[in-house]
Amino acid sequence: MSSPLIELRGVTKLYGEGEAMVSALAGVDLTIHAHEFVAVMGPSGSGKSTAMNILGCLDTPTAGQYLFQGTDVGTLSRDERAMLRRYHLGFVFQGFNLLKRTTAIENLELPLIYRGMGRKERHKRSSVALAQVGLAERGHHTAAQLSGGQQQRVAIARALVSEPAVVFADEPTGNLDTAMSHEIMSLLRRLNDDRGITIVLVTHEEDIAAYAKRQVRFRDGRIHSDTGAAA
Amino acid sequence: MIGNALVLALREIRNNMMRAALTTLGIVIGVGAVIAMVTLGNGATQSVTNTVSSIGKNLLFITPGQRREGGPPGDAPAFQISDADALRREVLSLKHVVPVNQTSVAAVLGNRSHTTTVNGATTEWFDARSWTIVSGRAFNEAEDKTGKSVCVIGETVHHELFGGQDPVGQRIRLGKITCEVVGLLQTKGRNTFGQDQDDYVIMPIRTVQRRLVGNNFAYYIMVEVQNEAGIPEAKKQIAQVLRQRRHLNASQQDNFDVQDLREIGNMLSSITGVLTAFLAAIAAVSLLVGGIGIMNIMLVSVTERTREIGIRLAIGARERDVLLQFLIEAVVLSALGGIVGITLGLLGAAAGTAALGLPFVFQPSIVAIAVLFSAGVGVAFGFFPARRAARMDPIEALRHE
Repeated sequence: MSSPLIELRGVTKLYGEGEAMVSALAGVDLTIHAHEFVAVMGPSGSGKSTAMNILGCLDTPTAGQYLFQGTDVGTLSRDERAMLRRYHLGFVFQGFNLLKRTTAIENLELPLIYRGMGRKERHKRSSVALAQVGLAERGHHTAAQLSGGQQQRVAIARALVSEPAVVFADEPTGNLDTAMSHEIMSLLRRLNDDRGITIVLVTHEEDIAAYAKRQVRFRDGRIHSDTGAAA
Repeated sequence: MIGNALVLALREIRNNMMRAALTTLGIVIGVGAVIAMVTLGNGATQSVTNTVSSIGKNLLFITPGQRREGGPPGDAPAFQISDADALRREVLSLKHVVPVNQTSVAAVLGNRSHTTTVNGATTEWFDARSWTIVSGRAFNEAEDKTGKSVCVIGETVHHELFGGQDPVGQRIRLGKITCEVVGLLQTKGRNTFGQDQDDYVIMPIRTVQRRLVGNNFAYYIMVEVQNEAGIPEAKKQIAQVLRQRRHLNASQQDNFDVQDLREIGNMLSSITGVLTAFLAAIAAVSLLVGGIGIMNIMLVSVTERTREIGIRLAIGARERDVLLQFLIEAVVLSALGGIVGITLGLLGAAAGTAALGLPFVFQPSIVAIAVLFSAGVGVAFGFFPARRAARMDPIEALRHE
């Protein structure tokens, strides 16, 4: 296999200070290759979300190394990490994190504007991405006017529109009902199967995790089990 | 990058119209109130200055009695024409010396009657007051000396008695006497205090003394000094001459008063200055209230906007992308609010000055101050919370409650 897309080496994360110090991650080693679909699982407080935020460059580790495509993220500046997110990473959050009073199309255009893409091109791409998640007719609705499932699909489209190397999905079904959850997971699975998009999913539900091809379980800030550690 | 930030900023304004409108409103109120108030105040000051300068230049008014307390009122002897002659003779820096006697009478023509003020003066009066005659002529020195029954009337008297007709050459009755109208004064309108400056009849002082009031007094003497620089010296010399003529010894105080028009002007200006300061204080409060309004909107939206910034950071915005966008938003709203505020302020001031009959005095510096202050508040409270949020880790901003 080629060199890994993502590699964590002895990553720890501490919160707080002194007596109140809590260790969220206590030395995590994890390797993820391109085109994988990984579910990161574990009870709340196990460190799975923290790991996810560090992988997504939304948060910085206290110690240890994080290599993204061979680059040590720890040596990058804030702006360089922003550029990494801009060009290589996509996010889907539990709370959707769309701009509420902004239309679906304009939410999708946002990452493309930061990339400096021209008006026509970004509009075309956004429309295509919206159609891919089945919301072609909802482009001019604001996020607040859409249902939870629709919002999450817009969020997925936003993560995909910039064609990232990897999509991080943090409890993407946490705010959705069962039917809608399975719809969203099928969508993610198709994106992985058909387009080979690397997906890292955080969840605590077994049936959601089952959509992924590899399950990594966290407990007390360490990896407890890993079904398909890459060869 | 600026183009992109502009797009983002304008979209954010368009999508959050209510927030944008409330922010702008704060600026509009602050800027508008300050400009309206200060412009009104300046108009009042200007109006007083105009009134004072319209009376004439370098004029001194000499009245019997003392300005300050001392002695029962009325114990100072009145002036006479001879006092004016003495001043003309002995104080060389005086250009005009005009003794004035005054009375109020009913002016009658046919069945029309109008009560007005008669000023008995010498012909120099017209020069000293720099008051021109639009029709006919002023009475001359010969008429002055012989006390002929001739008069020059103001526009109000003309209007009341003659309607639109030419009054020159006509005879009117003033109290017990009749007199020939020889001239019509240029109209001056009302002064700052609402006093009609055209409601006068001017006659030779001797005519007024002998035939209307029956005394030989000059209630005051008006003098015009050659130039402004000579005023203090002229006052001193006038005092000397008058003390001598009134037989005052060194221990006695002056029993007359020499008032400088500039002093009156300065006193009035200081009053309107207080008025302006008062209006400015009210305006400052408006500015403050507007500023607090802006602050409130900004602070209330901080949580929402911090999350927004978190989203932007997560999808690849750098700190500077966020800051530029917020700066543009603040500048656009401040500029918009400033323009609307200036417009409303000036319109309000124009309406106010028109209603009060004051001149409209535009003061660019106050516009600049008001706009800079409001814009400063807008930018500060829009920009600094944004900067704090943009410096957080994205996840921290996203989780902001």
